[in-house]
Amino acid sequence: MGAQLRVYKRRIQAVTATKKITKAMEMIAASRIVKAQRKVAASMPYATELTRAVTAVATGSNTNHPLTTEAESPARAAVLLLTSDRGLAGGYSSNAIKAAERLRERLAAEGKEVDTYIVGRKGVAYYGFRERKVSGSWTGFTDSPEYSDAKKIAEPLIASIQKDTAEGGVDELHIVFTEFVSMMTQNAVDGRMLPLSLDKVEEESTEKGEILPLFDFEPSAEDVLDALLPRYVESRIYNALLQAAASEHAARRRAMKSATDNAGDLIKSLSRLANAARQAEITQEISEIVGGAGALADASAGSDK
Amino acid sequence: MAAELHVELVAADRSVWSGEATLVVARTTSGDIGVMPGHQPLLGVLESGPVTIRTSDGATVVAAVHGGFISFADNKLSLLAEIAELADEIDVQRAERALERAKSDTDAAAERRADVRLRAVAAH
Repeated sequence: MGAQLRVYKRRIQAVTATKKITKAMEMIAASRIVKAQRKVAASMPYATELTRAVTAVATGSNTNHPLTTEAESPARAAVLLLTSDRGLAGGYSSNAIKAAERLRERLAAEGKEVDTYIVGRKGVAYYGFRERKVSGSWTGFTDSPEYSDAKKIAEPLIASIQKDTAEGGVDELHIVFTEFVSMMTQNAVDGRMLPLSLDKVEEESTEKGEILPLFDFEPSAEDVLDALLPRYVESRIYNALLQAAASEHAARRRAMKSATDNAGDLIKSLSRLANAARQAEITQEISEIVGGAGALADASAGSDK
Repeated sequence: MAAELHVELVAADRSVWSGEATLVVARTTSGDIGVMPGHQPLLGVLESGPVTIRTSDGATVVAAVHGGFISFADNKLSLLAEIAELADEIDVQRAERALERAKSDTDAAAERRADVRLRAVAAH
C-alpha cells in the first residue's frame, strides 16, 4: 500500500471513531431533554400557585414590604448567572455569559455596583481566568438540579437582599439563564426577581382574566409575605435551573448533531481522496509494468538479430 | 350531594394529590384550621404537620407537609409545600430511623420532620 493511501485510511479511521462518540453524546442529550422537560412541567403547578399567592398578597394588602418596594436610589445589585458544568454544548455557556456581561454593563451605567453569583463550572472558569470577584458559586448539579439546590442558592441571595445596602446588602436581584423555548430555540435571558415588579406578576397571573378575591390572612399579611417571598425566589430559581438544564441538553444535542454531520462529510471527502490515491497507484503500477514489458521486448528483439 | 371543594396538594417538584373534598384540616402557624366549602378566601402560613383531607366519597387522605402555604379562593384550595408526602408513601422504618438519628444528634428540625411523618402514618 502506498504511503499516501495509508495516511488517508488512518484519518478515516480516526474520524469514524470520533463520529461514533459524538453520535452517542447526541442520543444521550436527546433523551435527557425529554426528562428535563418533564421536570419543568412537574414544577409548574407549584410555581403558578405561588405566583398567584404572591400577587394576591401584594395587591390585596397595603403592606410596604422591603421586598416589594423599590429602593429610592439602588446602589448595588446581585446577578445570578446560570451556566453549565460541562462543555461540548456549542455556544450555550458563552451566550449566557455574554448576556450577563450586557446586564452588568447596563447596571453599571445606572450607577449600581454588581455582585456576581455563578452556577456551573464554565461560568466559574470564565470569571476565575479574568480574576473577577465572585460573591458565590455552586457547581456539580446543572445536569439535573433538585429543589434543595435551588434552596442552597437562594439562601445567601435572600440574606444579602435583606441586609442594608450600607452593610454590604443588595437592593436588586437579577437572574441570567437560558430560556427553553423549543428543541431548536433557546435564548439567554435576564430578568429581575426582586423587588417584585407587580405589573409583570399581575400580567402573568391575570392573563386568564381572573379577578383576585380579598383574602383573609393567617396570621397577618406581613407574616404571610415574609414567608412567601423567600419561597417565591426559591421557586423562580428552581424553575430557571430546570429550564437551563433542558436548554443545556438541547444545545449539546444540536452541537453534537452538527459534529456528527461534519464527521460524515469529512469521511466522505477523505474516502474520495483515498480512492483517487488508490487509483493513481494502480495507474502507476500498470504503466510501470507496460513500460517494463516494452523495454524487455525491445531488449530481446535486439539480441535476436 | 354535599358541597365540595377542589384540593390541590403540590410539592415543589411535583403534584402530590388533587381531587374533591368536603373538609381539609391543616396546621397554620397560629393553630389548626379547618376549611369547608364556601370558606372565605384565606391565605395562611403552614407549620410542619399532618394535613387531613376528607374526600367527597368519605375516604380520608393524610399527608405530612413540611412548611408551605394554604390558600383558598373560589372553592379551590391549594396546599403548597416544599416537601409533601402522602401517608401511604411514607417509609415508616426510615422515618423511625431518622427520628432516632435526629434525637441522638439533637437536630430539632429533623426530629420534628420525622415526628410529623410518623404521626401522619398513625392518623391514616
